[in-house]
Amino acid sequence: MAIHWFKYAAPASFYGLAGRMIPWFTGAAVVTTLVGLYIGMVLAPTDFQQGDSYRIIYIHVPAAWMGMFTYLVMAGWAAAGVVFNTRLSGMMVQALAPTGALFTFVALWTGAFWGRPTWGTYWVWDARLTSTLILFFLYIGYMALRASIDDPRRADRAGAVLTLVGVVNIPIIYFSVQWWNTLHQGASVRPGSSSMATVMLTGMLVMAFAAWMYTIAISLARVRSIIIEREQHSAWVGELLVAEGHGRPSGTSEALPGSNEQGAR
Amino acid sequence: MVSDPIYPLSAWELPVNFNWCLTPITVLRRDLLLTLRRPAELMTTLFFFIIVVSLFPLGIGPQPELLREIAPGVLWVAALLASLLALPRLFAADHADGTLEQLALAPQPLSLIVFAKLVAHWLTTGLPLTLLAPLIALQFDLPSSTVWVLVASLALGTPILGAIGAVGAALTLGLRGGGVLTAVLVLPLYIPALIFGAGAVEATLGGLDAGGHLSLLAALTVFTLTFAPWAAAAAVRISLD
Amino acid sequence: MNWSSFSDFLAMGGYAFFVWMSYGVTALLVVAEVAWVVKQRRRSLARAQVQRSIREWSST
Repeated sequence: MAIHWFKYAAPASFYGLAGRMIPWFTGAAVVTTLVGLYIGMVLAPTDFQQGDSYRIIYIHVPAAWMGMFTYLVMAGWAAAGVVFNTRLSGMMVQALAPTGALFTFVALWTGAFWGRPTWGTYWVWDARLTSTLILFFLYIGYMALRASIDDPRRADRAGAVLTLVGVVNIPIIYFSVQWWNTLHQGASVRPGSSSMATVMLTGMLVMAFAAWMYTIAISLARVRSIIIEREQHSAWVGELLVAEGHGRPSGTSEALPGSNEQGAR
Repeated sequence: MVSDPIYPLSAWELPVNFNWCLTPITVLRRDLLLTLRRPAELMTTLFFFIIVVSLFPLGIGPQPELLREIAPGVLWVAALLASLLALPRLFAADHADGTLEQLALAPQPLSLIVFAKLVAHWLTTGLPLTLLAPLIALQFDLPSSTVWVLVASLALGTPILGAIGAVGAALTLGLRGGGVLTAVLVLPLYIPALIFGAGAVEATLGGLDAGGHLSLLAALTVFTLTFAPWAAAAAVRISLD
Repeated sequence: MNWSSFSDFLAMGGYAFFVWMSYGVTALLVVAEVAWVVKQRRRSLARAQVQRSIREWSST
């Protein structure tokens, strides 16, 4: 293997790598969002059943996918942290959680505003909405646990256990909610269950891709702050401050995430 | 072989070495003894259960049909909250006086010790709740056929509540705001048990067979009891570092 | 192009409230998250700067 993956497991080297990657992912996120919105909001025709209310799909479905997928990625990092005991893993879990929670909330919010014109109410105890709500609770639980532990290493490990317990439970929760739902109200009419036109599907997939790019960019930016905060006592952070030009003794730094990183290895 | 003063049972001379199960058994006996010597704590949990359940008719109204309809959910949610309140009993005292650290140093696997603690906890929380449930079912005018399903669902479901709760309780050991935090961590994970447990009672009320619900609940119990002690042991070790 | 005019686009076929509430709140949350990350970045750099100053001061 030519690439030494474990080299980047060290926060100091990952910091530089993330800094080089952020502009690319940010650019991709901006471009795909604009393209996706253009396809979905401008080009795509009005749905003959739901009228223009269906256009919420372009954020609802990508947000719901991203909310779920981010939890799986968190669990993957948590597992890596347990197996390899790398510090970076816990930091990545910490960096991903707020964005995952945000997308899950967006899925719930847009679901409510889509449900109102389609189902006649803002909230129904639909199986998918209910499981998404529970997923949101799991994110809140992780962040609450992290917030109440002062020692970051303990927070990493406790968070990893909680995330793994959560990810094992997610299929059980989904199945049980499905079961509960079919017993209580029968099959519900789902928006978007009818076959979609190609333009609509394209718009949705582009928006889903945009959500991916955004999540990667924002979590990389966040993990860089986390790395700096946790390693502020180490020498490499001091060198980095000088190399990046934040080293002025007067102190007010004007750095933005993704500012160029030539000085960092 | 001279009997070891710490493990009175090790005087048994057995062809196979069963010493690994002595510490868990000692822990089980010790936890049971400790709880039974302070019965007030145990009784508080039970009274909490009764009070919460009694509040619902006062809040909703005494119509028997309505009460019968909400009884499965109310009883199950109250059982959930009562076992949540009992969770600090699992580790908190042992954590405070250093016993937990000694247990973690024992040569026996910590997950086995946690399992023993869970059994003791269930015998003093889940089992009394289960036995109390038929009495409360009377308040809600549940027919007797349903009461048996309720007892069965609680008997199968309360071990899940204790086992998942143990993970949450272990993760929040020694943290500020531990109790509320445990609730936030643990309650979402209780949902499948709630759905299958309350669903079994509801199915019987509606004249359906509760077998499907109870089988799924039993499967969940086995699954949870297999993996949760292991996760809880890992969480205990993290909290002790 | 699906729309005949810009006001037509804004009206969203009568569903303006639902569509723009969804898109508006999502946009707001995304902007808030980006602003939060930028702030976090500045704060962590400032703290690291203080740490470095303390280290330099104590070594001289």
